[in-house]
Amino acid sequence: MAKRQKIDIAVIMATAISLFVLLIVPVDNSAKLIPYIAVYLLIGYEILFKAGRNILSGEIFDENFLMSIATIGAFAIAEYPEAVSVMLFYRVGEFFQDYVLDKSRKSISDLVDIKQDYANVEVNGELIKKDPHNIKVGDIIYVKPGERIPLDGVVIEGSSSLDASALTGESMPKDVSKGDSVLSGCINLSGLLTVKVEKPYTDSTASKILELVEYASAKKARTEKFITRFARIYTPVVVFAAAFLAVLPPLLIQDASFKDWIHRALIFLVVSCPCALVISIPLGFFGGIGRASKRGILVKGGNYLENMAMVDTMVFDKTGTLTEGTFEVTQIVPRNSTKEELLRVSAHAEGFSNHPIAESIIKVYGKEPDTRKVRNVEEIAGHGIKALLDGELILVGNDKLMEKHGIKYDRVDKIGTVVHAAKGSVYLGYIVISDKIKIDTKGAVESLKREGVHNLVMLTGDSERTAVHVAKEVGIRKVYSSLLPQDKVSIVEKLLAEMGKKKTLVFVGDGMNDAPVLMRADVGIAMGALGSDSAIEAADIVIMDDKPSKIPEAVQIAKKTVRIVKQNITIALFVKILVLLLGAFGFANMWAAVFADVGVSIITILNAVRIYKGY
Amino acid sequence: MRKTLTLQNLGCASCADKMERRINKIDGVISASISFAAQKLFLEVEEGKFEKIVEKAQQVCRKIEPDCRIVY
Repeated sequence: MAKRQKIDIAVIMATAISLFVLLIVPVDNSAKLIPYIAVYLLIGYEILFKAGRNILSGEIFDENFLMSIATIGAFAIAEYPEAVSVMLFYRVGEFFQDYVLDKSRKSISDLVDIKQDYANVEVNGELIKKDPHNIKVGDIIYVKPGERIPLDGVVIEGSSSLDASALTGESMPKDVSKGDSVLSGCINLSGLLTVKVEKPYTDSTASKILELVEYASAKKARTEKFITRFARIYTPVVVFAAAFLAVLPPLLIQDASFKDWIHRALIFLVVSCPCALVISIPLGFFGGIGRASKRGILVKGGNYLENMAMVDTMVFDKTGTLTEGTFEVTQIVPRNSTKEELLRVSAHAEGFSNHPIAESIIKVYGKEPDTRKVRNVEEIAGHGIKALLDGELILVGNDKLMEKHGIKYDRVDKIGTVVHAAKGSVYLGYIVISDKIKIDTKGAVESLKREGVHNLVMLTGDSERTAVHVAKEVGIRKVYSSLLPQDKVSIVEKLLAEMGKKKTLVFVGDGMNDAPVLMRADVGIAMGALGSDSAIEAADIVIMDDKPSKIPEAVQIAKKTVRIVKQNITIALFVKILVLLLGAFGFANMWAAVFADVGVSIITILNAVRIYKGY
Repeated sequence: MRKTLTLQNLGCASCADKMERRINKIDGVISASISFAAQKLFLEVEEGKFEKIVEKAQQVCRKIEPDCRIVY
């Protein structure tokens, strides 16, 4: 326990005992004024001091000032025990409030802290611990079993298995050995690894993720903005109400005593403190962001959690999101040529592309395409590739490309991506490439439906037949196929226009080519983003691994966060308004008012803890 | 220039809101955002003015919450 807290406890205990003694000593109340003032100063000097300092710097509606006026007012109407005990209760409340606040802040930061604060380096044959900020790119570091990898790098010696759960939320260990890249934040499970550093500490994955999560808590949710704006007007309004309450009724109502109404006004002053309203809200959103990040879901702001909780329409890109995105050639059908020639032409056309479809064709071709033979390569988006191979025009792509160049081709009705090839004006045949649906896609779609996301849509550049097949398999009913990249934006815009006001549209893609759609949607989710800075940059929510099951999980976390935040607002407003009403009609005392302030703070903070606990 | 600073002893949520609004008004600040939960101040400032702005931000914070310190 910090020294400060010990002093706080001592002061609180001393005050409580003195107050008790003063209450039972059978002396006339007025004779106790001096001792009461002494005890009051003991418990209240800090608040009074802060209030005085803040008045000098022009801060009037702050908590210290309001508490000071309220308690001094109680003295003025000769309610000495009440003045002291209200200050005492307030301090006790603040003490517990700070305690739970510190605790919950710390547990959230522990949740998101995936950095290692030292790196082992060799100096004169000995391993010493060094501040990772001072490690340069190219330096050699050693990671022992049980340690976190501090900086991104490449293994140059040793082999081990890594636990990447801090990054992805999945604890399946991954084996690494010499030549493999390793990311900071992973825990080395078994063997000593010698790692050559490739990125400075501040640019390494762990630092970047942590920075992103912390920065997310500064991007405020609408609810948070609303409640802080509300708090700004709440305090002055209640303070003015208190002033009227103290003065008007005694003047207007017969038999009304100033003492009674001042007492009621003082209750207003205590309840007017704004913090209980606000305190748990940012904590709740940060808790939600922290919990999500623990599961490998990075949320870039509280507002995205809110939007996610209101999701009505969810639009998926097919390839790489619902399906593996690893393609395999399943059929090679030559026309007017041989299998070898068809593959040779296709592989050479695709030789410059790193698209998964290109890679799968080259894999089957079995040789490196000789790219020197290929000239004037032109990639036509949504069509395919046009190039010169040994000086001859080659065309490799879909139906549209063939049609555009007037080539008679086979209309293929197969499941998968069909790539046609032509040389000059001769059709060479086609290759069918298929993609596998991810194992957990179907389950994810079902969970989303259970979460109330009924409008599920799939977009793809693939043919209608493939698209419909995949959609049926996973349980999505709305499908848009044969799309060009720019079509995706206009479809999302159309869907947005069709939606109700309090609902949102979420787009899920792989973050590589869909930046414009990610931006257009209310929430853009990029999947499989680990190690891809551009995907992390473009999206609002980033799913580090490529599991679709993380999407319903994100929806659940978002809904829980928003639900608890709303509960907290309701609790705080309800108790405050209730005590104000009771106070105005003379049914509440100042203890109730203190409860409405710090008591409510504590209850709402503890409620917010539920957001990140229990997984 | 962007910089993330830690705010020690930031105990009051509505004070954080006040600080944020006032720091945003400091000359040379492009944007300032405070996370009450993470106790962080995210500053984006014009080049070359960082030191001065942090000093002023520190004054703002101390005025609103006397124990609050900016550390970096």
